[in-house]
Amino acid sequence: MAREATKATEPNNLTIDGQTVPFKAGQTIMDAALAARIYIPHLCHYPGLKPAGNCRLCVVEANGKSVAACITPAQPGQQVCSDTSELNAARLAITQMLFVEGNHICPSCEKSGNCRLQAMGYYLGMLEEHFHQFNPRREIDASHPTVLLDRDRCILCDLCVRASRDVDKKNVFAIAGRGIHARLIVNTASGKLGDSNIEADDLAANICPVGAILIRERSFDSPIGERIYDRLSISDTAMTEHVPDKGKDHD
Amino acid sequence: MLMLMMSRTPLHSANFDKQHLLHRLYALQHQNCHISTESVAQVAGEFNLPVSQVAAVVDFYSFFYREPVGRYHMLLSNCTSCGYRAGGIDVLEKLCQNLNVIPGITRADGQVSISETSCIGMCDHGASMLINGMPLVGLDEKKVTQIARLVSEQTPLSKWPRDWFRIGCPIQKRGLLLRDNSRSGDSLIKALTAGPQHTLEQIVHSGLRGRGGAGFSTGRKWQFCREAAGDAHYVVCNADEGEPGTFKDRVLLQCYADALFEGMAICAFVVGAKRGFLYLRGEYRYLLNHLQETLERGYKKNLLGRSILGHDGFDFDIEIVVGAGAYICGEESALIESLEGKPGIPRIRPPFPVTHGYLGQPTAANNVETFIAAAYIANDGSERFSAVGTERSTGSKILSISGDCRLPGVYEYPFGVSIQQVLDDCGGDNVQAVQIGGPAGALLARRDFHRQISFEDVSTGGSFLVFGEKHDLLSVNQNFAHFFAHESCGFCTPCRVGTQLLEGSLKKIVDGRAVAADIDEIEQLSKLVMRYSHCGLGHTAANHILDSLKHFPELFGKRTVQQAFSPQVDLEAALETARQITHRDDADAHLE
Repeated sequence: MAREATKATEPNNLTIDGQTVPFKAGQTIMDAALAARIYIPHLCHYPGLKPAGNCRLCVVEANGKSVAACITPAQPGQQVCSDTSELNAARLAITQMLFVEGNHICPSCEKSGNCRLQAMGYYLGMLEEHFHQFNPRREIDASHPTVLLDRDRCILCDLCVRASRDVDKKNVFAIAGRGIHARLIVNTASGKLGDSNIEADDLAANICPVGAILIRERSFDSPIGERIYDRLSISDTAMTEHVPDKGKDHD
Repeated sequence: MLMLMMSRTPLHSANFDKQHLLHRLYALQHQNCHISTESVAQVAGEFNLPVSQVAAVVDFYSFFYREPVGRYHMLLSNCTSCGYRAGGIDVLEKLCQNLNVIPGITRADGQVSISETSCIGMCDHGASMLINGMPLVGLDEKKVTQIARLVSEQTPLSKWPRDWFRIGCPIQKRGLLLRDNSRSGDSLIKALTAGPQHTLEQIVHSGLRGRGGAGFSTGRKWQFCREAAGDAHYVVCNADEGEPGTFKDRVLLQCYADALFEGMAICAFVVGAKRGFLYLRGEYRYLLNHLQETLERGYKKNLLGRSILGHDGFDFDIEIVVGAGAYICGEESALIESLEGKPGIPRIRPPFPVTHGYLGQPTAANNVETFIAAAYIANDGSERFSAVGTERSTGSKILSISGDCRLPGVYEYPFGVSIQQVLDDCGGDNVQAVQIGGPAGALLARRDFHRQISFEDVSTGGSFLVFGEKHDLLSVNQNFAHFFAHESCGFCTPCRVGTQLLEGSLKKIVDGRAVAADIDEIEQLSKLVMRYSHCGLGHTAANHILDSLKHFPELFGKRTVQQAFSPQVDLEAALETARQITHRDDADAHLE
């Protein structure tokens, strides 16, 4: 019995871009990489929340197969390639896709400088959007006194959905609609955020990587030029991210 | 005792749960021509579900609408075989003209609405539509005029000519499975006598592989499911035949439903399931009564229900769940999500449904044809089955053949048959290409017609589309690209956005606005969507483009313009809205 328990926690190894990385049973490739301070680009993953695997930026080659690192179990002896020019080119294209499908207004966006989509663009050396703009019509929801929902900037990463459901225990958000019509909806009869019980301190109100969910009157607390990604790379901040501990006891 | 048995005989309702979320929403849609925000909240209350889940389901499936559709709601197939252009004239345009309707917009009097929908599986019946959910086939100019008159006169559908709604079973070639029905019950009796372990061994030994297209060993699937620990095991029949050009399951459901339910019962016996589901695509709702009656007969003969055929402890019930218009639900984990009353978004795999399927329990999900083949094997033995076909593709394959051929219909061949043989049989003369396995499959040119239908060569779930010499293949690509963009579930970025981009790029090429760089671009984009997407839909969504580029590069070359760059936006077309608003059509309202 004791032996089995040791076996389960005994570290196995895989390699990422040639570097040997230990992992524990149950960890994904992403978990193992982050623990070893190796950055695999990602937007829809946030340590402490159940992974979703929708943004596809973290797709790596594991034993020659393209898989999303955040949802793929780590295996002993697995050979993972991540930081390759081919994969980074695809990540760039996927980031560009996220830019063109929504209405991203970086120069006038409150989130500019704190935005992970923008930071991903910096990290991958994105100089233009490449694809044509979709210019969708999406609804803004300004019905809540402290939290603003601007769907124009939503990248459908599902982080707020999971944060609200699994950590805040409020289940305020969901994604509805199919294909390009997918959109963030609010779990109230009216569909309005103002009728929900979301509060500005909730994880769901703060986890948005882009400027889709904004806390009112706080957007310019730190001036442009002194914001997170004015100083740091997304590859640095990713190493310190984890949902606050209050969520843990609900697990 | 007799009384007890009678009271145990399940009624109609047992085979069809009116309270399944999809069925409840269908009833509301049917009754009110739409599902209002109030209805969403009401249903959420009834089912004790989050409002957002009900809203997400309504918004996911094509046959649910937030705004009222017409009392006559027509959905014309846009498939290359049963679509509104299949007969040479555009019947969608004609219908809209005759009825004064703009596609996708309900006429102001609320009487009629006309839209398009993905393939409805009537590819052997010419241009077809669903009218208030019922398939109406063989659309031509004359019928369109008559339809317009009937609608204008507000004649109820029940008084429309009956033969417009008659769906035939055109079986052109019979093999192992499409022979005359063996006595129903025989397979199950043999399986019960042989016992679950021995029956499983027969299925494994037969080499049967899944007929939906993926070709996973059926025996191994059943074995994994049987061995998987769980509170309950489930059997699921995937009758969500949505791959354009496929209609063989429609014919099987219509003519071989007894064998199908027997195959499911055999599977239940092997894996230890007490409950099974038939997930029927919404387009085939017209088969529901027939299938329920078949189930009733099965219950009466004790091929289903309690202590089946006197075998103590073997209880098995089958329930039918009807989908509501979503190709992605043919993917087994998306289908299971749909069964659970959710949007059909493919799950993260592993774990696979065989260990964590319906309600997280071990689930054996198979195609209609697979279950029928399993019933055959249980009755006739694995040797007779594996004597047919090739070494790695044993048995037969049922094809749905349509397009530019004289004898469309259902054909059953031993695996290993050549494409040329199939074309000879179905009267496909002067064929330039065939699309095998539907838009997600492979496009093959004449030089490949010697190749074989089998898992090791050209694999197909059953779709076999024939394109004659005069067919514009690029417009076929455009059609397929539209299909994937429409059917992408939207979960992952490369598929959600990429399929839209591919559709736009193909339009640019077909419109003759593309430059050489656009051709390289579409190739890169195709590879990206296929490699980085979450599920099989994205992985196969651009097969047809890469195949066309490989086999018919000249088609692309011919349409390109000799310049370094041209904008993605069609500037002339972009002015159209402005022209309409200003009521102008003079020379100055157009670009030079």
